[in-house]
Amino acid sequence: MKALVLLELEVPGDTAVDYQYPATGNPPQSSGTSLSAHADVTVTEASLRALGVGRALAGTGSLAAVVFGDADAGGGLPGVLAEHGVGDVYLVGSAVVAGYAPQAWARVIAGLIEETGATAVLAAATDRGNEVMAHLGAITGLPMAANCLSVSAPAPADGGYVITRQRWAGLLEEEAVLDAPVALLTVAAEAIPPTEADAPSGSGAPPEAAEVHRVVPDISGMAPSPGAVCAPAIPDGDLVVRAVESPVRDGGGGASLATARVVVGGGRGVGGADGFAPLEELASLLGGVVGVSRVVTSEGWRPHRQQVGQTGTKITPELYLACGISGAIQHIAGCSGAKHIIAINTDPGAPILAHADYAVIGDLHEIIPALVAAIRARSAAA
Amino acid sequence: MEILVCVKRVPTVGGRITLTGDGLGVDTRMSGFTISPHEECAVEEAVRITERLGGTVSVLTLGPESAIEQLRGALALGAGRAVLLETDGREYGPIATATAIASEIGSRAAAEPGYDLALFGNEASDTGDYQVGIRVAHLLGWPVVTGIKSLDVSADGVVARREYRGVEEAYSLPLPAVVTVKEGLNLPRYPSLPGRLRAKRAPVERVEIKDVSLPEGLRKTRLRVPEGGTHQATVLGEGVAAVPELVRVLDELGILS
Amino acid sequence: MTDVPERASAVVIGAGIVGNSLVHHLALLGWKDLVLVDKGPLPNPGGSTGHASNFIFPVEYSKMMFELTRDSVEQYKELGTFTESGGIEIARVPERMTELRRRCTQARAWGIPAELITPDRVRKLVPYLDEEVILGGAYFPTVGVVDSLRAGTLMRERARQAGALSLLPGAEVTGIEVAGGRVRAVRTTEGEIETGNVAICCGVWSPRVAAMAGARLALSPIVHQMISVGPISLFAGTPGEIGYPIVRDMDAGMYERQHGGDMEVGSYAHRPILIAPDEIPSIAEAALSPTEMPFTSEDFDPQLAQALELMPELLGDEKAGIHYAINGLISMTPDGHPLLGELPGVRGLWAAAASWIKEGPGCGRAVAELMSGRVPTTDVHEANAARFHPVQETRSHARSRAAEGFNKMYGIVHPAEQWERDRPARVSPMHAAEEELGAVFFEAARWERPHWYSSNAPLLEKYAGRLMERPAEWDSRWWSPIINAEHLAMREAAGIFDLSSFVVLDVSGPGALAGAQSLCVAQIDVPVGRVVYTSMLDPDGGIRADLTVMRLAEDRFRFVTGAATGMSDKKWIADHLPADATLADLTSAQTTIGVWGPNARVILAAASGEEMSSHHYPFGKIGVVEIGGIVVLASRISYVGELGWELYAPMEQGARVWDAVRAAGKTRGLVPAGIGVYATTGRMEKGYRSYGAELTPDYTLVEAGMTRPRVKPQPFVGKEAYLAQRDAAPCALLCTLTVDSHRSADGTARYMLGGEPILTTDGERITDAKGRPSYVTSAGSGPSLGKHLLMAYLPAGLAVEGTPLLVEYLGERYPVTVAVAGSRPLFDPSNERVRA
Repeated sequence: MKALVLLELEVPGDTAVDYQYPATGNPPQSSGTSLSAHADVTVTEASLRALGVGRALAGTGSLAAVVFGDADAGGGLPGVLAEHGVGDVYLVGSAVVAGYAPQAWARVIAGLIEETGATAVLAAATDRGNEVMAHLGAITGLPMAANCLSVSAPAPADGGYVITRQRWAGLLEEEAVLDAPVALLTVAAEAIPPTEADAPSGSGAPPEAAEVHRVVPDISGMAPSPGAVCAPAIPDGDLVVRAVESPVRDGGGGASLATARVVVGGGRGVGGADGFAPLEELASLLGGVVGVSRVVTSEGWRPHRQQVGQTGTKITPELYLACGISGAIQHIAGCSGAKHIIAINTDPGAPILAHADYAVIGDLHEIIPALVAAIRARSAAA
Repeated sequence: MEILVCVKRVPTVGGRITLTGDGLGVDTRMSGFTISPHEECAVEEAVRITERLGGTVSVLTLGPESAIEQLRGALALGAGRAVLLETDGREYGPIATATAIASEIGSRAAAEPGYDLALFGNEASDTGDYQVGIRVAHLLGWPVVTGIKSLDVSADGVVARREYRGVEEAYSLPLPAVVTVKEGLNLPRYPSLPGRLRAKRAPVERVEIKDVSLPEGLRKTRLRVPEGGTHQATVLGEGVAAVPELVRVLDELGILS
Repeated sequence: MTDVPERASAVVIGAGIVGNSLVHHLALLGWKDLVLVDKGPLPNPGGSTGHASNFIFPVEYSKMMFELTRDSVEQYKELGTFTESGGIEIARVPERMTELRRRCTQARAWGIPAELITPDRVRKLVPYLDEEVILGGAYFPTVGVVDSLRAGTLMRERARQAGALSLLPGAEVTGIEVAGGRVRAVRTTEGEIETGNVAICCGVWSPRVAAMAGARLALSPIVHQMISVGPISLFAGTPGEIGYPIVRDMDAGMYERQHGGDMEVGSYAHRPILIAPDEIPSIAEAALSPTEMPFTSEDFDPQLAQALELMPELLGDEKAGIHYAINGLISMTPDGHPLLGELPGVRGLWAAAASWIKEGPGCGRAVAELMSGRVPTTDVHEANAARFHPVQETRSHARSRAAEGFNKMYGIVHPAEQWERDRPARVSPMHAAEEELGAVFFEAARWERPHWYSSNAPLLEKYAGRLMERPAEWDSRWWSPIINAEHLAMREAAGIFDLSSFVVLDVSGPGALAGAQSLCVAQIDVPVGRVVYTSMLDPDGGIRADLTVMRLAEDRFRFVTGAATGMSDKKWIADHLPADATLADLTSAQTTIGVWGPNARVILAAASGEEMSSHHYPFGKIGVVEIGGIVVLASRISYVGELGWELYAPMEQGARVWDAVRAAGKTRGLVPAGIGVYATTGRMEKGYRSYGAELTPDYTLVEAGMTRPRVKPQPFVGKEAYLAQRDAAPCALLCTLTVDSHRSADGTARYMLGGEPILTTDGERITDAKGRPSYVTSAGSGPSLGKHLLMAYLPAGLAVEGTPLLVEYLGERYPVTVAVAGSRPLFDPSNERVRA
């Protein structure tokens, strides 16, 4: 069993890169995510989760990672990956595909399947992970199972991989058998990978760093790159769809919502577009962001990117403070990944209380300003 | 602009889902049916585009006869044409579904002015497979983007935008193209009474799909409702009086450090 | 979370409009330690109150429903939750215009402002309505909307502030413990509460909760579809919730009601969609709330065109969207009335269910009064939760009647209209013979009762000219001149009646006499073998029941009462019996056959071979005779004013008795006669009263003209009140009136059917000193008199024989004269025939 995991990287400060592809498709050589330039580049939580599931699946087999990034493998990444049981990391080092081009990425991974003999490919069930894996499924003609919570190695008696995956954004779980020569899986945010104790795979002492393999795709019009282990051919059509990145125009929040440590949620109880200032204040005081329920966005009080829920963002903070949110199940689907939930609600019978750890019964318009004042007073005293 | 919007009939889920006795399906005896919010936005966007640029919105679904209800729902919102790829009610996996849809798009292109743009929801709310749109695009050789929350369409092509980890990604696609969209793309309208009446009278083209016995490779064995949600929160108190206790809990959880 | 109290004086289940009203009124009546439980959150726990369209039309054909609605409106007003908007019922077809005339006439009877208006006037009041599609409307200016959730909250809070109430939201009732036939405790998901009183105010869930105590409630949840369309540009500037009258599009089965910036459109025209109480989704499963079920647009679509036709511009606005659409669950009972009061079988188990927003507060008050041992301010005997026979309380029957009744909600329903489905259920032993005679069956308590017999059609020729035929279709619907022919044949020779629907209750044991005495106004301590006609009273002297009692033995009494009131009477009797008396319900064991007429004696003598002369068999005697080889209990009494007997025989042997009597009557002019004679023509000519029509808790025996010379020395329920009534001058008196002219404006002779207002010759509405309106309590032919007869209570000043008055029928007025003030029979005033 050989598992290959697509990793998404987090590069601090690098939130707006314009690749500015020329019309000819000739890629710029100078820009892109340069790993060497960012010593503190990290793997996202979501990808680490996928890695954990991949490692468990690989068992005594081997675990490899594929990273799309420019230039040489730098920083501590190979070392970090080794800690997670990764033996080989395939660094796809072309600026073209380093810029996000989902179909091209999938084509590269398809090549890597051939090259490495991988029998399972995993990615985080993020927008990109699902997208690339779906392309991979289409390219290879293989089935793709999205939002997996667990997967076990195929046993003949089972007829394939036994997987558990989410449906209805987690309101339901499906047990299924995946019968395919290569398993394509994305790993849900709610998946709980086995602990480090189960790692590493293989026997003997873990290597200090994953072995880095450079992959340079074969793109027409580009010079072949020496030293690549593999050079999958990328048809022009795969490069039609490429991301041009720029800062989010009106303030953002969507991205940080998914990764924020504290989310202060506002629902119908906030009462209107002008009721969010105290929530914003509390959120910034706690180093968090504001999230909202669906009614808030459908009323037009806040932009949709702040929506927590089945069709919005799934959040995984340390604390979710749900204010004036009744707790429709679609909302719960988005916040159940929170470690702790505290509800502030006038209605002691609100469904959110069945999901919260703590609750304060009362009007958020009174309680939040008082809470802000109390926290300020506390830090002033400290 | 000829736009196809693909939608899927799914149970309306407002609360805890109840399963059928065999654990293989959702008990829909007391639930209604709808399409996903993503698809509602896709219909709305298509209608807005044709309101601006002219052309027709065709809405398509693959499903049993009862899925006509969802087609009429889209017709009421301004779609001009409805196509049912009629199944016998069995669940179709993403590969079979994509094959049937691509075949319909292909045959339309052969007979009439084909579609310039095919819109899908980012994922179906029930199965959450995240792949039908992409598979259709590959079968047709069309470019595709997913998860789109902003769409500018002109005769020349599409500029589609989405967010990724705090960054806006813009994609420029030539037509024809497949775009899968997400809720937040727009605020869908509600059907008007005249719209509903038009929809009631509008014809629905019913296409019998040839038995696409493609192996899906993924076989559902059981559904289950996840545990949880049965406990009750510890109430820290009522009103402002509870704030000191709330601060203590926040501190205990390490939020204030 | 409130802690769960260990015990409570009463646990009220359900915090909808009814439950909130109930705790409020209980607190007002001095109850303490009440607990209000609901599985849902407050203020909207997810029942039918939460999605109600909340408008109230005050006009009702049923006096009880009118009075409950009136009381409720007053309560909503007092709470500041009522907004008057006016309302219009519109007609698209001529039959509806006639119906609206009937509605306005009924409104006049109850003193409700109402006016028939032209399409033009409708348009002036509702400028967005296309007057081209309507023929006219009935305008009710006092129609209004209420905030039922707010009203409920205010009532609940008043009870709480009075220190009388604990709230327990989020607690689902999981069981009701019954011990020794009494409620003992309520189990909830949050804990158990010990209590002697449980009130089920659970709307559509009520049958499920009642079942926890082993009781049945005849109620079915049914879907009422409603959509909300908006924003309506015309409403953008309207201050408040409503600025235009509510429109009921009667012929389309729909209503249109402004709600802020939106228009709510509701329908009673779609197919009946029934949901079993156990199928209602839980709060956790429900998309909106448990009673706001997913909208099925294919059911509603056909109605859209009609709504659009009526309000083309307003609803045809492409910018106005359907942004809320539900299959809302509401409650329906087999007879359309709420279920109020204590349930049979379990003491302390109360119901206040199947009440809609318009009656909710009134129902809460009535049940609070009942729970407090009081006589309800509003007479709710027709809503008695104990009124149904077991066969009326089955799930399948509740569903069937709900399904059939649903589309009649806005229908034109004749007062005598019969149900079509789920029949027959109860048939007498003579049923097959009756079918052969072409009996036309009417239903009562699910019994099939011959109303007249087609086989008597030849009598029409015989009595031609005396049949008082009714040329207008409405007047003759559910009626036949054969009834009057049967009547005349009975008066001339004899008639045989199937009275199997009689409710037969035998009370026996050492305490039987004391029990019977304590219930009845008349002296019951009569010799064995006598039958007594008596009333029962409420503690405050209102008329509670009207029946006959036979003394079968020293310690055994047979109470015989009507099918409609039988089960309510049974509970009343059972609740008042001492421990050493038992009650047995023999209704399904005993059939009753009536034989009356001048030839009844010779016929029965021939059939039995026994001496039936007055000497041997005086009026009021009961005895055993043998007819057709069957042992028969024969009771000489009459409700039709003729010589004759009620014959009681075991149910399975009844057919032989019937055949034997008919054989003996063959050459003696005996005709089969239906309930049309028994319950209307026969008794009205004799001035006999009927329970529910003339005799109700609202009136006294003095007012009904039924006092007897002496009052028995033994105590009985209501005696003190009765004695006081006898000493005071009555403020109203029951009268029999004759119609002087039937000629309507178009020259057609018209015949009143009952319920119509009695007016002064100036056309003024008549009420007595207690505010009780004068209206027709019963109407029917008096074929022997050649007069159409009406009964009505009139204020003392007008209850004078010979007084000319008017009756209003379908908007027209007809002269009438007070023929009898009191109970003197118009036919055979000296009762010679009965005592012959």
